[in-house]
Amino acid sequence: MLKINKIHKSYPIGDSSLHVLKGIDLSVEAGEMVAIMGSSGSGKSTLLNIIGMLDEADEGDYILDNVPIKNLTEKKAAIYRNKFLGFIFQSFNLINYKNALDNVALPLYYQGLKRKERIEKGLYHLEKVGLKNWAHHLPNELSGGQKQRVAIARALAANPKLLLADEPTGALDTKTSHEIMDFIQSLNDEGKTILMVTHEEDIAQMCKRIVRLKDGVIIEDVFVEQVRASQYV
Amino acid sequence: MNKTRSLLSGFTVAFAILLFTILFGLGNGLLNTFDTAFVDDAANSIFINSGQTSKASNGLQAGRQIQFENKDQEWIEEEFGDKVQYITSRIYLNVTATFRNEKSSYSVRAVNPDHQYLENTKVNYGRYINESDIKNKTKVVVIGRLVEEDLFLKTTAIGKYINLNGIQYKVVGVFSDDGGDREERLIYMPVTTAQQIYGNNQHIDQINLTYNPDLNFDAAISFSNMLTRKLKDRFLVSQNDQRAIRVRNLANDSKAIGQMTLGINIMILVIGFGTLIAGVVGISNMMIFIVKERTKEIGIRKALGASPKSIVSIILLESVLITVIAGFVGLVIGMGVVELAAPSLETYFIKEAGVETSIIIGATIVLIIAGAIAGYLPAKKASRIKPIVALRDD
Ligand SMILES: Nc1ncnc2c1ncn2[C@@H]1O[C@H](COP(=O)(O)OP(=O)(O)OP(=O)(O)O)[C@@H](O)[C@H]1O
Ligand SMILES: [Mg+2]
Repeated sequence: MLKINKIHKSYPIGDSSLHVLKGIDLSVEAGEMVAIMGSSGSGKSTLLNIIGMLDEADEGDYILDNVPIKNLTEKKAAIYRNKFLGFIFQSFNLINYKNALDNVALPLYYQGLKRKERIEKGLYHLEKVGLKNWAHHLPNELSGGQKQRVAIARALAANPKLLLADEPTGALDTKTSHEIMDFIQSLNDEGKTILMVTHEEDIAQMCKRIVRLKDGVIIEDVFVEQVRASQYV
Repeated sequence: MNKTRSLLSGFTVAFAILLFTILFGLGNGLLNTFDTAFVDDAANSIFINSGQTSKASNGLQAGRQIQFENKDQEWIEEEFGDKVQYITSRIYLNVTATFRNEKSSYSVRAVNPDHQYLENTKVNYGRYINESDIKNKTKVVVIGRLVEEDLFLKTTAIGKYINLNGIQYKVVGVFSDDGGDREERLIYMPVTTAQQIYGNNQHIDQINLTYNPDLNFDAAISFSNMLTRKLKDRFLVSQNDQRAIRVRNLANDSKAIGQMTLGINIMILVIGFGTLIAGVVGISNMMIFIVKERTKEIGIRKALGASPKSIVSIILLESVLITVIAGFVGLVIGMGVVELAAPSLETYFIKEAGVETSIIIGATIVLIIAGAIAGYLPAKKASRIKPIVALRDD
């Protein structure tokens, strides 16, 4: 599914530069559910953003679904993001003046779908996250858990190969976190490949594999027995 | 989207268009004033007047009265036939006119049939003076619309007899004229009739003609110069004598008016454009602000697959929308102001101040372009926003 090789990334800070990723190797197969862990500032988000083509590595190779990702134009990157990737963020990142349905349908708009089809598919995915009745509500009328479910529906709308989540439960309480994890697990059960950043050990244990970062390198990469979130719901 | 801010940013453009509209309306009014001052006469008119000589010449003393006669008009026609379009004599008379119990004083112009075209006279009903009137010295008159109103009250004047200083004339036509009330209180009669009745001579006061409209400005000027020279020779007048024979060519006047019109239009355009540019700069600044405000949204859209082009179009569209709406607000207010002020402006020689539809269409196009220009740089800036920067949690 994806393969990265000796990825390096530095950020310029004043005159010097901060070497954040120092040669990361990682390959993920289709259907995996991987947690990326590490202390704050260890480079988890940076790695996820490079995988998500939101940022570019300084060095190293990255192949996604047999496509080498290198020196992309903005336009190409936009097409790949739209086709391959779904994003889920800690702070949801819904567009606040658009209602739930319009938010979910937005990636479909960038796919060039007709309005009728967008609404149909948008409603289908909203129904999947259990929010069909909230389709015409604005984000600020929804609870945190509901917002994240709208965001998940949006990430799924374009039917991406890979779902990237940066601390998807970071802003939610334990009970809601478990509900969201239960849902993400069910997506993985259906075959979706999922990569998520978290610093909560119990959330990481709900994935099938844990990758630990420290000072820009992978210090541990293990497969784990998946804890089902449904037992806490 | 912050609607209040968008509205506020539109204010500059609204003001620019408001100013432009008012200026344009006023300028238009000013031009209308010039126009009506001259619509009365055909633009290619030449007026020839005579007076006393101011210089001795050919052994004749200064102070000699030059008097045009019918043969002088005929001479002009023979000499310059191909250059002359219409030609007429004029004799001025003042009469007291009576019909039944109505009585009033009027100016009479005794003329040739061509006079109708020289003066842009519109015959409302009946007919104008014709060649057979000239030949037969018939006692007929064509009266102004207001003369008919004054003397004939509500009835038609055609076919009735009007008494001018004791002589009966048949009214054969009623005319109107764009030159104003004064022109519509005139009475026209055949030049030969006037000569027979009021002097029994061949005298004429003035010769009016229009030159062939195919002549360009320079040719028209050289024609009137040649005409002046030959007339002065014919009457043995010194070429330096400016009083004895006076030839006035309206081409000179219309050139001056043309230049004035151009000047006023350029001034309006410059001021209008200046303010519009200020408006564009204002909108552009606001758009940069709006882009900053929408940075996160733009980042989200990019993460979802928005192409740079689609981001550019979002910002451009907003910019054009704000500019056009603001511009129209300015246009409507400006037109309202001009409309309200127009009547009271007539005192200042600004006639029928107003704004035409073509200007509205033009303004729309200009506004769309202005909006696109105002939005271009901010939109480019927006399209270059990196999604990672936009999405970073604060
Ligand atoms: N654009 C940037 N410019 C400069 N420094 C940056 C930039 N982005 C990240 N950094 C720095 O790079 C390091 C890694 O950041 P990153 O966001 O990947 O950490 P993280 O592991 O996700 O941490 P957290 O758990 O707090 O989210 C941090 O020290 C951060 O300050
Ligand atoms: Mg992070």
